[in-house]
Amino acid sequence: MTLTATRDQNSSASLPALDADETLRYSRHLLLDEVGIDGQRRIKNARVLLIGAGGLGSPAALYLAAAGVGTLGLVDFDVVDASNLQRQLLHDTADVGRSKIESARDRIKAVNPHVHLEAFDTRFERGNALEILRDFDIVLDGTDNFATRYLTNDAAVLLGKPNSFGCIFRFEGQASVFGAPDGPCYRCLFREPPPAGLVPNCSEAGVLGVLPGLVGTIQAIEALKLILGIGEPLIGRLLLIETLGMNFRTIAVRKDPTCPSCGEPSRGGGTIRDLDDRAGAYSESSCGVPTASTTGSEPVVRNVTAVELAERIGRGEDFDLVDVREPAEWEIARIEGARLVPLATVRQASENWDRNREVVIYCKSGVRSLNAAQQLLDAGFTRVTNVLGGIKSWTADVDPSLRRY
Amino acid sequence: MAITVTLPAVLARLADGNKEVSADGATVGEVVDAISTRYPSLSTRIRDEAGQPYPFVVYYLNDEDIRLGSGFDSSVSDGDDLTLVPAIAGG
Repeated sequence: MTLTATRDQNSSASLPALDADETLRYSRHLLLDEVGIDGQRRIKNARVLLIGAGGLGSPAALYLAAAGVGTLGLVDFDVVDASNLQRQLLHDTADVGRSKIESARDRIKAVNPHVHLEAFDTRFERGNALEILRDFDIVLDGTDNFATRYLTNDAAVLLGKPNSFGCIFRFEGQASVFGAPDGPCYRCLFREPPPAGLVPNCSEAGVLGVLPGLVGTIQAIEALKLILGIGEPLIGRLLLIETLGMNFRTIAVRKDPTCPSCGEPSRGGGTIRDLDDRAGAYSESSCGVPTASTTGSEPVVRNVTAVELAERIGRGEDFDLVDVREPAEWEIARIEGARLVPLATVRQASENWDRNREVVIYCKSGVRSLNAAQQLLDAGFTRVTNVLGGIKSWTADVDPSLRRY
Repeated sequence: MAITVTLPAVLARLADGNKEVSADGATVGEVVDAISTRYPSLSTRIRDEAGQPYPFVVYYLNDEDIRLGSGFDSSVSDGDDLTLVPAIAGG
């Protein structure tokens, strides 16, 4: 599949020429039969949109820029934090506090001034997703949350753009190409995202800094293969990467005719026809900003902000304060008066606790604590409170002397 | 029948850190029951309250998606490999 074919610019004559500087710069590509001058002109003609200038977006942007992709789109709303520098090579120490888009712009320009960068300093959301993606050939999913991943998938399917997909967790990653003609999409594999609180994210579980370098680079290779129409892209295959044992494995992913995103209407699929569709479930709550549900008179998880928690502690109120993070996190910073019960041990440890005493739970940012809170409710606890924003909010709003991580 | 269940890191942490566990059962569902009983923290992450697969965890029996077979009713044989692939979001 040659991507440029979709833009009526497939004929060699209509591809942009390479000047003398570019011929020298890309000479190692020109020597490859699979690339050559025409291939390099295809790369120059290509437009690739990267969602996220973080762990995956960094190596992908750097390598695609170096490779000579003519137009790189980059979407990110975030600012550079010191905790990003361990893996996000688009950003330097001096960039901490700057917008990621500005920082990325400088770096990409330094890598290859021939690349035109279209920067979108905004969140990729349903109100702008189609408009942003429409003018690109390929999307590269480097987001860090389920809501944006499902949105990216559905936008790509609606517009018929292939999606070079990658994701990471701790020491493991996944990569694939979704949304290619006749290929499966992300929803064919995982139809719906997990509910809030069930799955920890990277900021809570950690990630080896080099890992996104590996996975984002694979995404960049797949994007180039699509541009050039060479090799066998990861269409219909999911690459599973496990770096502690250093095992790579691919498993087949089939296109699902009943898939709500890319399926066939005659088979009950293809029900997501625009991004306003509620079936899409793009709410940010799916990536960890949970709200308490209210179902009848059953006990529910109550929420408390860090500031409210500080006030309650100040008043000497009676409750158990439980920290469900890992010991390494506890060593960095903790709320005075708490005790450590890592999430995986909550169920067992709580067997001996008083089910009628209030338990207030916190973690780093509020995802694991919600999971623990739900486990306690399921175990018959009646008064369970979750600290919104976890120790991150506590550090920001109550005790700035604590170390951030 | 002894089946090898392969768990990625995100799930292995809930199974005492084991990336491979051996479990008995005649169907995928029975194997899932067995490991759920052994590792209670794992149970809520790999199947829903009704005991059915989640839409965000895919089971591969010897590299074949069980949704193409009989799901949790798919029968397993001695020495089969069951690999769990959960959706992960990090980037």
